[in-house]
Order: sequence, then structure tokens, then C-alpha cells
Amino acid sequence: MKWVRNLLDNIKPNFEKGGKFPWLHSTFDAFETFAFVPKTTTKSGAHFRDALDMKRTMTIVIIALLPALLIGTYNIGYQHFLSLGETTGIFDDIWRNLWYGIVKILPILVISYGVGLGIEFAFAQWRGHEVNEGYLVSGMLIPLIMPPDVPLWQLTLAVIFAVIIGKEVFGGTGMNFMNPALLARAFLFFAFPSSMSGDKVWIAEKADAFSGATPLSEMMTGGTMPSTSILEMIIGFMPGSIGETSVIAIALGAILLLITGIGNWKIMLSVFLGGAAMGLTFNYFGSNPYTQLPFYYHFVMGGFMFGAVFMATDPVTAAQTNRGKWIYGFLIGVMAVLIRVVNPAYPEGMMLSILLLNVFAPLIDYFVVDANIIMRTKRWKLKGGTNV
Amino acid sequence: MSNIITVKKGFDIKIIGEATNKILIPRVESYAIKPTDFIGVIPKMMVKEGDKVKAGSPIFYAKHNEKILFTSSVSGVVKSIIRGEKRVIEEVVITPDSVQEYEDFGKESLATMNRDEVVEKLLKSGLWALIRKRPYSVIPNPESSPKCIIVSGFDSSPLAADYNILLKGKAAEIQLGVDVLKKLTNGKVHVNLSCDKTTCDELLKLQGVEINKFKGQHPVGNVSIQIAKLDPINKGDSVWYIDAQDLTIIGKLFATGRVEKDRMIALVGNEVINPQYYKLKLGACLEHLFEGNVNKENHLRYISGSVLTGKTISPMGYLGAYDNLVSVITEGDYYDFLGWVLPGFKKFSLYRTFLSGFLQLLPKQNRKPVNIDTNLHGGKRAFVMTGEFEKVLPLDIYPMQLIKACIIGDIDLMEELGIYEVDAEDFALCEVVDVSKTDIQQIIREGLELMRKELGE
Repeated sequence: MKWVRNLLDNIKPNFEKGGKFPWLHSTFDAFETFAFVPKTTTKSGAHFRDALDMKRTMTIVIIALLPALLIGTYNIGYQHFLSLGETTGIFDDIWRNLWYGIVKILPILVISYGVGLGIEFAFAQWRGHEVNEGYLVSGMLIPLIMPPDVPLWQLTLAVIFAVIIGKEVFGGTGMNFMNPALLARAFLFFAFPSSMSGDKVWIAEKADAFSGATPLSEMMTGGTMPSTSILEMIIGFMPGSIGETSVIAIALGAILLLITGIGNWKIMLSVFLGGAAMGLTFNYFGSNPYTQLPFYYHFVMGGFMFGAVFMATDPVTAAQTNRGKWIYGFLIGVMAVLIRVVNPAYPEGMMLSILLLNVFAPLIDYFVVDANIIMRTKRWKLKGGTNV
Repeated sequence: MSNIITVKKGFDIKIIGEATNKILIPRVESYAIKPTDFIGVIPKMMVKEGDKVKAGSPIFYAKHNEKILFTSSVSGVVKSIIRGEKRVIEEVVITPDSVQEYEDFGKESLATMNRDEVVEKLLKSGLWALIRKRPYSVIPNPESSPKCIIVSGFDSSPLAADYNILLKGKAAEIQLGVDVLKKLTNGKVHVNLSCDKTTCDELLKLQGVEINKFKGQHPVGNVSIQIAKLDPINKGDSVWYIDAQDLTIIGKLFATGRVEKDRMIALVGNEVINPQYYKLKLGACLEHLFEGNVNKENHLRYISGSVLTGKTISPMGYLGAYDNLVSVITEGDYYDFLGWVLPGFKKFSLYRTFLSGFLQLLPKQNRKPVNIDTNLHGGKRAFVMTGEFEKVLPLDIYPMQLIKACIIGDIDLMEELGIYEVDAEDFALCEVVDVSKTDIQQIIREGLELMRKELGE
């Protein structure tokens, strides 16, 4: 790979101060460090460091998202032809389903990454920073939580909003307090509700006669048990946002995140515990059919699983203390089920629940850390310390 | 009788290049005192270039307290006073005589001396500087008195020297040194040992002190962790500490009246051909230790101290004032093609995103030593990952919050979050595992310095 290195070394001066394209420095740097881990060495402190860096961390999350992307892509095609009445079996016409899905999802991916990364690169250059890898994950998450028929101009607006207002105004990756991908979805949800809810949007170019209702909207409107069986929901060939439908695909990602330790198990587990706790509470006290829904149905319907594995665990917007993570995750589960069952305006509670807890995460941490401070002050006063 | 204290968090990183039991006495052609080794000390010179000094003669004193003297390890001639940026004195170099002469500090029996006389003797001989104090890791004020004194009897950092070897045959000096310390405090003198490493009678059979045995992984050998378990530091407290090997120097002073700053060190690291022990004096030039004993084909980093906390020195550099370890490792100034994406069988990582990371899950006795270099392995970023520091910091402290408090320089918040209980070295493992490649030790050090300047000692 010597020639790549030589090539980069040759063109590098063009992008430095005094070169021809100093305004592309961050962009060049991003591509250079993509090809080669830089030769920077430690200057102070520990003389050696762990080999893990931000690029690899984010790459692991992207790999974890691939099963959901793949199944989601296939499902777009499958649902489309199913609604037209042209296919019935899941594996009837694999290549046609897949091809249709790819044609649908590719523009969404291109817009998500193109627009988002464009803004990231511009901000990095403006600040004189290196380009942050955070958006590589957000750029993949955004398509996966969109309905397959999302209008591309609306998506563009949502990405711009999420990256600038959700992240860059606070200083970029690591400084934001709300999950940018969810913010993009929330933006569309409130700005263009007709593209983000109802029974029409969850199947690409659906035939009118076909019911495109997701299990969540069935529960919401009909108040009966969803027509999809729990096994079908686990496998995931049903209408819904692109990446959220298949429990199996998401579980594969979760396994990778947990094995590598990149995803936090405390948060994942506590989201499910919270959801179960709220579900069981409704089972005990509730009277209408939705409250009587067995709690585990909540895990397999809608975006609960996807949110728990990929959204709630975002370390930047989650609680940062270990104790805080338990509380944070638990409350996400509780709120998600609460919103789903009680609030008639929002069939899906996961998105709002995570955003809500994003806002409260610093408060949770505040109280956890405050307990430590109080412990320390008490110990000091016990030894006769007094405030001066 | 001894207490056994278990520390659960932390991690022993095993690195190639541990010292064998062999001990050599190398040729040393110059010695140096480096004022920068002493935190918070601004040197005021008492000698000029060309002056003749004896072992134990004062070289400079501290500007903030002229009683705190720093003395020569050997007799000889002051060869040069080397200044760095802003005329800061970096090294005072002394060429040793062939026959050593010693200043005489008297052989008065310790039993008849009171505290003031003991302090006076330590100050005059320059051995006071061997004692340090928490918070801040500075040389203590002789007028003050600590709530307890810790004798650090083992090191848990990677490739650490074996105290059983360092202290062999020095039982009498250590015992006398401990008796000196007992004059300095009304509180306890703790001798902290390792459950599985310490086997020598020199430490185990010490009389009249509290012996504590610690079990666990690095940083269990750091005094902060030990103090937190024994008697946590509150606002306004001070705890003094001294390394067991330095205690033998104090013991020797009271036995013979001479300053003999003997210091045995281990030369270790993956680039050392024969890692082994050396008998030196404080401030010795390390040139002849490296000569022919390091792998010259690679770029090298020479470190006085451990690979986690030591200072970079030149191949002709001098031993740091508090170090008993010299490490030589590979300089990592290479480009790594797609290094962030390959499986990584040979890379050092505690994370399981690399296949080699799974090997670190083994219990510590089964872990294989790894190769390391100084490459940063990535670019600096804002903090993203959370919960990783907590796994390697065995203190009841929120590391991320404390680091951020230091960054913004909020001294009230730093105090509330426990800055008095820590030293930069405690955060060395946090720095190693940090995915954002932040220089955490420097941030903590600057935080501590800010506290010290704002509040005084």
C-alpha cells in the first residue's frame, strides 16, 4: 500500500495552509485518516494507548445495523408486491423484491449521507477540526427509521434540521443532547404528519385496496389483537419503518454491540425491564383491550426493539453514570409503553420516549453525581470540617 | 498482624520486556538533579558551574521555602546548569569524583532526638524532598504534620520493579527509616504491601507499624487508592507518603550520618535486549545502560518511570527523582493502512472490537504479555463513550465529571467531586482506554495545580 501513502504524501501540501485548497483541509484529512491511521504519537501521559478509536467504534455500530438494513430493504419490495397482490409467499420472488427495495432505499441513503456529511465536513472545516465520525452512524440510522415512501425533499429538510439544530449548534458529535437521527424523525413527524403516520405510508407505493396498517395502528384504532402473529412480528415481514420490523435482524445487531461492548447492556436491559414493568402494570389495572395486551407484544411491535438497541444506547445522549443508565433506560421503557397505550395521538411511543429521556438524562446524572458529592461532604463534616 | 484489603476494579496490562533477576552495576559518568521533577518547586541556585560539591552538599533550595534543600547524590564538580525555555532550570549536571567524599550530618541516636531535630536533619541533608504529600503530590511543608504516613511497598504498574529485589538485605535501614517517620506524625505509619507480590522479610517483619496487604490489579499500587481504602482524604487533610526504597536512604542517614542516595532500578520494555536490574545513585545518567542493550533498528522512546506515567527522556538522559523504573518502547510514528478496520490480532486493546481484545478477558495470570508502541491509534475527539473510565478507576469518584470540571477550571466543583483524593497517575488507565484520545493525566495535573495556586497548600 506504499503507493497510496506516496500519493497522499504528494498531494497533501495542496490542502495545507498556503496550499491551493486550504478550505478542503478537513475533507482531505478525513479521507487520509480513513486510509491510514495517522502516525501521531503520544505527547504526554500514558505513553501507549488502546488501539480502539472513534472510527472503529462507529464502524462496529454500522456493521450492527446491516442485518436490519438488509431485511428492511427486502421487506420494502416484499410488502409492495404483496399489496399489489402479485406475491404471496415471503420468498416467492427474492430478486424482484430485493431489487425493488434497493431502488427505493438507495436515494434515501444517498440523501441521508450526502446532505448530512456535507454539513459535517463544512462545519469541521469552519471550526478547523477533524471530521467527526458520529454522523456515519446517524446517516445510517435515519433511513432505517423512515417509512419507505418518505418524500425525498422532506427527508432532506429533516437531515438538515437534525444535523444543524440537533448537533452542530452545540458543537458537534459528543456535545449534542438529543439523538440526531430521532430528531430527524421527530421533525418529519410534526412538520409533515401525513407522511409519517396513518396506514398509507408504511408500504411503498401501496395498492389502495390493501390495508397497510402496522400492528401498532391496529391496536390503536381497532382495539383488537393485531392481525399479525407474534412470530411474524419477530421475523419482521410486515409494514413499518424500514429497519424496525425484524426483531431477528435487530437482535443480531444487539449481539454484536454487546459482545464488543460498544453498546451498553445496562441501558438495553433496563429499557426492556421498564417496558415490561409498565406493560404488566397496565395488564393488572387496565380495562380496555390495549391495556390487556401481553407486555412482550410491546417489544416486538413498532420501533421498541430498534430504539432500545440502537437509539437509547447512544452514549452521548444517554445518562453517563452507571446508576443513571439504569434509571434512564427503565424510564424509556416505561414512557414508551405509556405513550403507546394511553395517548391516542401517537401510535408509536418509542421515539418520543427516548427524546424525552435524552432531555432528562443530564438531570438524572445530576442527582446521581450529587449523591456522591453529599457523601463526600458528610464524610468531611463527620471529621469536624466546617464551612468557611 | 496485617489487614487484607481487596480492590476490585482496575487492570494489569502485561507487556513484553519484564526484568530478569540479574543485577548489574553500570558505569556512570555524570549525575543530574532535575528541578522539574519536584512539583511546585522553583529552584534558587546555591552553586555555580565549576563549584566543588560533596555527597549531601546543597545544590539549590525551593523559592517558596528556603529550608527545603536539594542536595547532590555524589561528590564532584558542577559541570553545567542547563536552562530551557524562559530560562527555567532543567538540569544541574555534576561530574563525579573518583573517590567519593561525604558531608557529615552526625550519628546522634534517633531515640534521643525530638521531632524538630529529626525534621532539621532531613531538611539539611536534602532527604526531606523524598517525602511527598497528598493532595497535590508536592514536598510537604516541614511545619505541618500529616494525619498519617504511607510507605509504598510495591508497584502495580506494567513492568514494575520487584520490591523484593530492590530491598534485599536492607532490613535495618528500612526499620530505622520507619522509626524516623514515626517521629513525624501523631497518626499511624502504614506500610502497604501486595498480597501476592510481597514475599520479602525486609517489609513483612517491620516492627511498630501498621502493615496492610492489598489485593487487586493496577492501580492498586497507587497511594491514592490505598489512602481511599485506609483513611480517605477530606478537605484540609494531608497524608504524606514515601517509597520504601527511599526510606532506606533516610535510614542510612540516621545510621551513618551520610547521604548515600542509592537507588536500584529495573530497565524494562519491549525494546530492551536484556531487561534487568541496575544499582545506581539518584540522578544517574542512563547512557551506558542503554548502550548496546536496546534495539537500535527501531525508533525508540526512552522513559524514566513506567510506560503509564513516566517522563520522556533522551538516550543520554538522567534518572527521575522518584523513579525506580526505566522503560524503553517502540516509537509508533508509522502510518497504519486501514488500521482501524482490520481484525487486529496483534494490536493491544482492552475492547473486544479487536480479536486481541478477547485475550484480555483472561484472568491476569493467564494473560500473555503484549507488544506496545507510542502510536496514538486515532485522532483526538470530544468524549463520546461513557462508562469505560469507571471500570479501571477503583475510587468512589465520577471520573468523567471530574475531568470535565478540571477542563472548565471550576475549583468548587473539582473539590466537590474529590480532586483532593486523586493524582494524575490514577487516571493513567483511563487515558489508555479513552477512545477519544484525550490527554487525561495532563488535564488532572493542571486541575490540581489550579487548586493549589488558588487555595495554597
